[in-house]
Amino acid sequence: MDKLAQLGQDIAALWARSGSQYLHGVANTLILAVVATAIGCLIGFICGILQTIPYTSRDPLWKRFLLKLIRVIIRIYVEVFRGTPMILQAVFIFYGLPYFTNNAMQFTNIWVAAILVVSINTGSYMAESVRGGIISVDPGQTEGAMAIGMTHVQTMVHVILPQAIRNIMPQIGNNFIINIKDTSIMFIIGFTEFFAAHKGVAGATYKYFPSAAIEMIGYLCMTLAASFLLRWMEKKMDGSDSYELVQDDSLTMTAGTYNHPGRGTPFDERNPEAVKSMLREELRRQAERDEAIRQGQLAEQRREGGIHTPNTDRKEGK
Amino acid sequence: MRDAILQVNHLSKSFGTHQVLRDIDFTVSAGDVTSIIGASGSGKSTLLRCINLLEIPTSGEILFHGENILSRKGGAAKYRSKVGMVFQSFNLFNNMTVLENCIVGQTKVLKKGREESREQAMKFLTKVGMAPFINAKPRQLSGGQKQRVAIARALAMEPAVLLFDEPTSALDPEMVGEVLSVMRDLAGEGLTMLVVTHEMAFARDVSNHVVFMRDGVIWEEGGPQEIFVSPRKEETREFLSRFMER
Repeated sequence: MDKLAQLGQDIAALWARSGSQYLHGVANTLILAVVATAIGCLIGFICGILQTIPYTSRDPLWKRFLLKLIRVIIRIYVEVFRGTPMILQAVFIFYGLPYFTNNAMQFTNIWVAAILVVSINTGSYMAESVRGGIISVDPGQTEGAMAIGMTHVQTMVHVILPQAIRNIMPQIGNNFIINIKDTSIMFIIGFTEFFAAHKGVAGATYKYFPSAAIEMIGYLCMTLAASFLLRWMEKKMDGSDSYELVQDDSLTMTAGTYNHPGRGTPFDERNPEAVKSMLREELRRQAERDEAIRQGQLAEQRREGGIHTPNTDRKEGK
Repeated sequence: MRDAILQVNHLSKSFGTHQVLRDIDFTVSAGDVTSIIGASGSGKSTLLRCINLLEIPTSGEILFHGENILSRKGGAAKYRSKVGMVFQSFNLFNNMTVLENCIVGQTKVLKKGREESREQAMKFLTKVGMAPFINAKPRQLSGGQKQRVAIARALAMEPAVLLFDEPTSALDPEMVGEVLSVMRDLAGEGLTMLVVTHEMAFARDVSNHVVFMRDGVIWEEGGPQEIFVSPRKEETREFLSRFMER
């Protein structure tokens, strides 16, 4: 128990001494993870779309050859970057560039190198996820889009990709969380993210375990926040489970049917004439309803009067 | 003499070595309601899909207003925008509301303005009785409702001819009526329709031309009276009697 108390004290002491260093690391980790995941997704989408362009035996030879070539290149890219450790990819790219250019070209900005490595790595995973996402959308959706005359690009942009993105949201989330953690290996090329902060602080204070405890808590907080955020986004994308029926009454119809009525149209609330005419219409209906009620009451009275008549008749009969 | 909108000449289609359609010839004129009937696997749906270029015919030609669309390079999308299609499985866009489903083709393919497209969409949604549901997503609708929206979506493109691929086959029996009654109305308004169907009553009462397909060829064709009352061929009679028994 006293060990736990001591750990608490050590953590507090470490935080007091180098809290800003840790926070700086957290910020760098998050920025790198977000940017690299976004670029990785972009790479993945481009690869996924290129891979799924259909071709038939009727297409000209050059088109078939080009599409085949694209598929082969993407295949190689995916297999290489999915099949080697990211830590090695970082070293390979970071030291490879100066090696091949005799030091003429170097990564002067460590951010560029880090984002490049993580993006390319994420892209190789996302390429397959996106391909899967596109395949998972019912072929009927493509046929429906083609039947109303959409081109391949229009079909992709308006129909298939919005559904594919929803389907692969869990995958994107996976990659984001993996990136938050795996960017820790970027210390190998000297990128000062959250884990590098631990190395620095622990090296200076020799308090390896308390610093590692801070790291554990820090990473867990980041990933938990990320998964919460992603769940929320998925919910948002699904939209509401219910919908509003648009009634036949003209006023509610206007409200439901025309979400954004154009300026000057009869349904534009900013158009005073339209509002006036709508109000006039409503007043007219109100008057009609009142009239109908009045008529009804009159009829009622007349009927009541009618009930009295037999009495008078009877009297007369007497 | 009415204009021939669609003319199919010597159309054949094979999947690998399996020949599905053999030497199909027929013509659709403006205002025609043509029903294509026949047993499953007789090539009815493939024929319809060939006409819309969802399948590429192996040989033959398809003339649309006199122009062969198979010899023309590219432009399949433009042709499809003039030939509407209603599918057995609806194929509404799941990521859009009912209204968006009916608008997207107009704005993206026909490049019409949003306000104009919305009016057009509302006109046809009202016609099929789905105007109150414009904010619903396809997953929230019943089969019959989805199919009526699909018909409105196709109509909103103002096609020269509308193809129906077994529009009621995926529906529960009590929903078949609502879709058929919409189709009846459309036929009454003079829309040119080509309907693959198992609804014999519809084929008999609504269409003015009936095509009976068997083994990938047009076995017999003619007016509904000829086909249903006095078919010339034994197989046609057999098919129809099998259907009437059921």
